[in-house]
Amino acid sequence: MRVVLAEDLALLRDGLIRLLEAFGLEVVEAVDNGPSLLRALTTHRPDVAVVDVRLPPTFTDEGLKAALEARKRVPGLPVLVLSQHVEQLYARELLSDGSGGLGYLLKDRVSDVAQFVDAVRRVAGGGTALDPDVVAQLLTRHAREEPLRTLTPREREVLGLMAEGRSNAAIAARMFVTEKAVSKHTNSIFGKLGLPRSEDDNRRVLAVLKFLGA
Amino acid sequence: MEEQGNTAGRPAGRAVANLARGMTHIVLAFAVNLPLFILTVLSIVFIPLGVGIVLLPAVVLATRAVANLQRRLAADWSGVRIAEPYRPEPAGAAAPIPRLKWVMGDPATWRDLLWSFLNVPVALVIGVLSAGLLVYGLEGVFVAWWVALLTDYGWGPFWHITDFGAFGFAGTVVLGAVLAVVSVPVGERLLKAHALFGASLLSPTRRALTERVAQLAESRSQTVDASAAELRRIERDLHDGAQARLVALSMNIGLAEEMMKHAPETARRLLAEARESSGTALTELRDLVRGIHPPVLAERGLDGAVQALALSLPMPVDVRIDLPGRAEAPVESAAYFAVAEMLANVVKHSGATRARVRLEHVRGRLVMLVGDDGTGGADPASGGGMRGIERRLAAFDGIMIVSSPPGGPTVVTMELPCALSSPKTSPSSGTD
Repeated sequence: MRVVLAEDLALLRDGLIRLLEAFGLEVVEAVDNGPSLLRALTTHRPDVAVVDVRLPPTFTDEGLKAALEARKRVPGLPVLVLSQHVEQLYARELLSDGSGGLGYLLKDRVSDVAQFVDAVRRVAGGGTALDPDVVAQLLTRHAREEPLRTLTPREREVLGLMAEGRSNAAIAARMFVTEKAVSKHTNSIFGKLGLPRSEDDNRRVLAVLKFLGA
Repeated sequence: MEEQGNTAGRPAGRAVANLARGMTHIVLAFAVNLPLFILTVLSIVFIPLGVGIVLLPAVVLATRAVANLQRRLAADWSGVRIAEPYRPEPAGAAAPIPRLKWVMGDPATWRDLLWSFLNVPVALVIGVLSAGLLVYGLEGVFVAWWVALLTDYGWGPFWHITDFGAFGFAGTVVLGAVLAVVSVPVGERLLKAHALFGASLLSPTRRALTERVAQLAESRSQTVDASAAELRRIERDLHDGAQARLVALSMNIGLAEEMMKHAPETARRLLAEARESSGTALTELRDLVRGIHPPVLAERGLDGAVQALALSLPMPVDVRIDLPGRAEAPVESAAYFAVAEMLANVVKHSGATRARVRLEHVRGRLVMLVGDDGTGGADPASGGGMRGIERRLAAFDGIMIVSSPPGGPTVVTMELPCALSSPKTSPSSGTD
């Protein structure tokens, strides 16, 4: 799997390269600024890009802007955005084109190496990886409203994990229950929220995020 | 900066400038000062009828705009700097009666009025003198002598040029030339005298300056106290939080290194602990950074940061922002924290189900409004966050007005005087 990496701090860049390569991913180019990132993304067309939000030259949201621009030029280009802080605003911008292959995680999440690499692979496969902090905010925002109030605590937990972008199998493993139990929960959730059921994991995740107004 | 502009340049250019400037003063005096003076007097007369209550503040503010123009002309044309003496608009001065009290209670209003009146004759005399000297001189050089050839023509203090023969003709030209040349420096001095006359009435009085110094000294000492307290808090948070956690973390890793060989299970447990405490340290640092300067404010400015803030609240927030540019970083920061504190109050105390935020730039002021449909009863006098924000805004000459009757709704309006930079050019990927 070919990866383009954008991170301006050398220490973190080298660490991320080592981490990704230890799990058999190939880093085809690692850049340290926004303009080079856009060039690297459009020339290499990698299987996935791992991008820091804040990059030179402006040290604002250069990485995010480059990623959004690259996805405009190469539709569906999978991008995993990393940041020291997560904002609903950025999540919304990233998800606004309604297609998958997107991730938005706190940089802290790299400490759980296996989970992080799983997120990279998921995004490369067209899936979604949304930070638990973002999802928690989305859920509290709507917690008092009608359809969400009717969910059981267990269902709310499943909904959260779904919004993060996890498959039924991953949710089952995480909650120590069978996949069958999970799909019972998801069916019930989709019924209560009035969402169309879908066997496709990615489409299901996007439907949930749209419902939550992300 | 005292003396500038008009002493440089060619004499002809300076002469034309004097002429134009003198005429401008006359036109302003008659076309603007005089009507405004009359309107002011009429407005005062009409106060008992009610019309004046609304009319007077408007006329006074218009007079201030003209006085400000005069201040600028005095600085640009004669190098005379005149500071603005007006008291800042107090909280709640949008309502008619407080507004009337504000403008009538300001001594500068009455000095402006006196200036509006006296400027009419003063500008006339000064303008006519400076223009007349030049025109009369030029007439002597170019016009008088050949008109005198045709008819009986008087120039100078009404002498008939022809009475003096050739000497009369030559004398007219020489005298005219001298007058025209002298009119340049004299005209400049006359204009400066006009500027100084303006300064004598339009500058802050000693008492006003003393008041302003006292006000600034107070807001400065509050700002210094607040920022010292803020630094102490940050130091304590770092010391007891992230720093302590990093110590524990490196201790755990060191221990794990030792245990690796003989007790790998214990080592694994220690490493897991280390990772957990690094996560906590990161969360604490992130919260601390948010409190100092939120990253999204650095990345997106006030507009984006307030939108991001609204999205992160557990209730729908209607956000409307109309800012054609960006304010200075310290102003943006103060504005952001002010809005953030008010929204935090909405979430914590109001029991509201919705909130709204408006940001706009009106007449040189950033106007921020935070409202909710909650139970009301918010009182900045009770101390706490609102009082702190009021102090923080005061450091920028900003104000806060709270309307929160029992039962609600609550509306907090905050204003910060500031200029906006030119429309933002999006610092994006830098390709096109």
